Amino acid sequence: MKAAVIVFPGSNRERDAVAALEAASGTKPHLVWHRDTELPKVDLILVPGGFSYGDYLRSGAMAAHSPIMREVKARADQGVRVLGICNGFQIITEAGLLPGALMRNAKLKFICRTVHLRVENTDSPFTAKYRKGQIVRYPVAHGDGNYWTDAETVKRLDGEGQVAFRYVSDEGRDDPLWNPNGSLDGIAGIFNAKRTVLGLMPHPEDAVSAFHGNTDGKPMFDGLVEALS
Amino acid sequence: MTTAQQPEVSLEMAREFGLSEGEYNNALKILGRQPTYTELGIISVMWSEHCSYKSSKKWLMTLPTTGPQVICGPGENAGVVDAGDGDAIIFKMESHNHPSYIEPFQGAATGVGGILRDVFTMGARPIANMNALRFGAPEHPKTRHLVSGVVAGIAHYGNCVGVPTIGGETNFHPAYNGNILVNAMTVGVAKADRIFYSAAAGIGNPVVYVGSKTGRDGIHGATMASAEFSEDSEEKRPTVQVGDPFTEKLLIEACLELMETDAIVAIQDMGAAGLTSSSVEMAGKGGLGIELVLDDVPMREEGMTPYEIMLSESQERMLIILKPGREEVAKAIFDKWELDFAVIGTLTDNGKLVIKMHGQTWCDMPIAPVSNASPLYDRPWEPTPAAAELEDAVRALPADRTLGDILEKIMSCPDQASKRWIWEQYDSLVNGDTRFMSGQADAGVVRLPGQSKGIAVTTDCTPRYCLADPVRGGAQAVAEAYRNLSAVGALPLAVTDNMNFGNPEKPRIMGQFVGAIQGMADACRALDFPVVSGNVSLYNETNGEAILPTPAIGAVGLLPDAMIAVGIAFRNEGDTILLVGEGTGHLGQSLYLREILGREEGPPPPVDLAVERRNGEFVRSLIAEGLVVSSHDIQDGGLLVTVAEMAMAGGIGANLSGLDGADAGTLFGEDQGRYVLAVRADKAAAVQEKAKAAGVPVSVLGKTNGTALTGRGGEAITIARLKKANEAWLPGYMAAAE
Repeated sequence: MKAAVIVFPGSNRERDAVAALEAASGTKPHLVWHRDTELPKVDLILVPGGFSYGDYLRSGAMAAHSPIMREVKARADQGVRVLGICNGFQIITEAGLLPGALMRNAKLKFICRTVHLRVENTDSPFTAKYRKGQIVRYPVAHGDGNYWTDAETVKRLDGEGQVAFRYVSDEGRDDPLWNPNGSLDGIAGIFNAKRTVLGLMPHPEDAVSAFHGNTDGKPMFDGLVEALS
Repeated sequence: MTTAQQPEVSLEMAREFGLSEGEYNNALKILGRQPTYTELGIISVMWSEHCSYKSSKKWLMTLPTTGPQVICGPGENAGVVDAGDGDAIIFKMESHNHPSYIEPFQGAATGVGGILRDVFTMGARPIANMNALRFGAPEHPKTRHLVSGVVAGIAHYGNCVGVPTIGGETNFHPAYNGNILVNAMTVGVAKADRIFYSAAAGIGNPVVYVGSKTGRDGIHGATMASAEFSEDSEEKRPTVQVGDPFTEKLLIEACLELMETDAIVAIQDMGAAGLTSSSVEMAGKGGLGIELVLDDVPMREEGMTPYEIMLSESQERMLIILKPGREEVAKAIFDKWELDFAVIGTLTDNGKLVIKMHGQTWCDMPIAPVSNASPLYDRPWEPTPAAAELEDAVRALPADRTLGDILEKIMSCPDQASKRWIWEQYDSLVNGDTRFMSGQADAGVVRLPGQSKGIAVTTDCTPRYCLADPVRGGAQAVAEAYRNLSAVGALPLAVTDNMNFGNPEKPRIMGQFVGAIQGMADACRALDFPVVSGNVSLYNETNGEAILPTPAIGAVGLLPDAMIAVGIAFRNEGDTILLVGEGTGHLGQSLYLREILGREEGPPPPVDLAVERRNGEFVRSLIAEGLVVSSHDIQDGGLLVTVAEMAMAGGIGANLSGLDGADAGTLFGEDQGRYVLAVRADKAAAVQEKAKAAGVPVSVLGKTNGTALTGRGGEAITIARLKKANEAWLPGYMAAAE
């Protein structure tokens, strides 16, 4: 699998993403600068976490208009897989690859902790290595992860299997007390309609090794490598 | 020289700028004339306590600063130690106390920004942040607002720049009601042969300004940090700078990229006193002069005067001396990162600081005589009288309370309660190199990027000990840092000190400073734990009330492999729990005494440095051999609190049969040099054999078991109960305002 990781001014989890991709695929991903206008031929585009443009104006809003994003959108339209994590989720949502918006956390504070997620749909290369309904632990680290969309869209997301992950309790129950940011219906990550694009707030790339004390994120990268090699 | 448009200088004005009459007269003598307005501003910041260390230097000189592991000791932007294999660790801790009290969010945020720059300016990529915070009494009307603002400010800055905040400490005490402490520490990694220093060299070399534009923020911040607060301190808000972590992140990447070329001769960040201290220090260290043309300084505001430009403390700015002809290479990098880049002067051979603007000369003064003449005081000091020993009866447990109630009370007191509400606001995981963060181990642990080697980091100080006995308190802070690093298995390398004290013009306060330094120096020597960087913050007083003496120690240790590091959590049922070291049941200045008996009395626990060293070496050797499952040093709250923390972290209880009949001294005494370890039951005998051979007292406390602390007369104290008490206080306290 060949992958590209997009770097914006203020990106700060590109190294984590590179390490996770390299460990899974054995190949170093391309780092692509936001001002570039062309992408190498790749199977996966990863938009990493961070504070692109300082999250000034609105998280992801300025990065969504970086020159490289035209190319990212064009590739996504051709079916190239796109994974947006944290700020990357915010950026690809602002860029129109995914519906909805990410607002300030309900408690108005940045939150860094390990959360429990339920895998809602395994019919994608991102989630194929998980069991449907499996409870996994990923860390979150964000201030603006409160997913919102209109009632009609959320109904469609649910109906079409576009909800990828939901925040749940340690026992797998839907429970607002375990939702770290106030996201609508506990939504932590969503697919596009074709399930070729995934955006999620939690960080699977920081849970891929014994060193992290958590390997729950590894199946995502292994699944991508298996599907895209 | 033209002095048009500059106000007339007078003694009155010099006093307003913080100079004494003697200092002003000395300036007249050196210059042989009246200084200009700009010159007076520059001299006043150079001679401020904050920049000159005039009250503290005499004593700081007595600290040990050398050792085979030291690459660069105090005097540069940060200290540098050898981590083997050509790697260098660069680190420092610095205070931002005064600004954080006046404007907590920006004050704390820019404190993080400043210490990051001190570290990456030397060529290091920052890999970990820590912070040591002291707030006033929880009941004080400002405390909640200050906690909220400081934590949000640290989070705002540290999270955005992408450096994990992996630990720290937080205390509450009424002595900090009017002067909170915000001490921030950054640790970075560089190649030992690619370290950048600040001494300018090369007559005619270009002086380059990079980073943010200069505005009017922070003018005379260094002077503010060199005076006591009074009722009108709120009016000083305009002197607090505003931070932009996004620009800092770009600056880190741009500077590190430039450092991979051969373009740089010297580099320094513009910290306190901005362009003044950076230009004067760089030229001064190189024995050269420097001429600046301020028209070329990137400016954010219209109509700034030379005085304002020289004294601005706008953030995220660096001064670089480039090799001749490398301007284009450097500019291309800063253009890529969309940062300002301007050649604003040249190095000269005349030893003078010359400042030009609008075709006029605003400052023309010799650097060395002014720097060298920065005053040095041997301030009068009084030793702190020894506290009376406590009566023996204090060791008896109170008859009217159960042990569970006592432990619950201690676990939920503001100093001991979980600080999760704070550290969950910090990104502790970015970079994917964090092994242990707050709450998991006695020190934060990260691995070096792309390597398995680990660095452990801790910050420590027990101010209540320092007030009762500054010498013991100073030694204890260093010993505790040594112990916290040893407890995770790391070899202690070196120390950075952040000396927070009251007004040094009062002999009692100066005596606290002198005593703390003496204790620290003794401990650093005995433990081969030299001081390589530091910062002094004096005048932490409001209306004559001083803070507790707080010599905060930041320290780093080395792990050959970060994966061998051991955390505090109990991991298995049936492990043997061992006590390393022994105590006399010392309750003076203990949390038990304060929280249960309502007394802040007695001497703090004595520190036997030979025992500290022996026990630390022993614990490290056990961890290196893979014999230790869980490890925690005994500190605030004593033995039972330590075991409770290990149980809470792992969700596994303990049967403490070894504590049958123990009194309050044994359970809650804060004797130093001790650790609690959990080892696999089948290894316990081997560990005890090794202890005997090493001459280290080791006793069996019991075994890990169940979901409660049991034994000792049969009363079971559940982990759930302790956890609830420990976790509830801070969120409850903070929510009360929301």
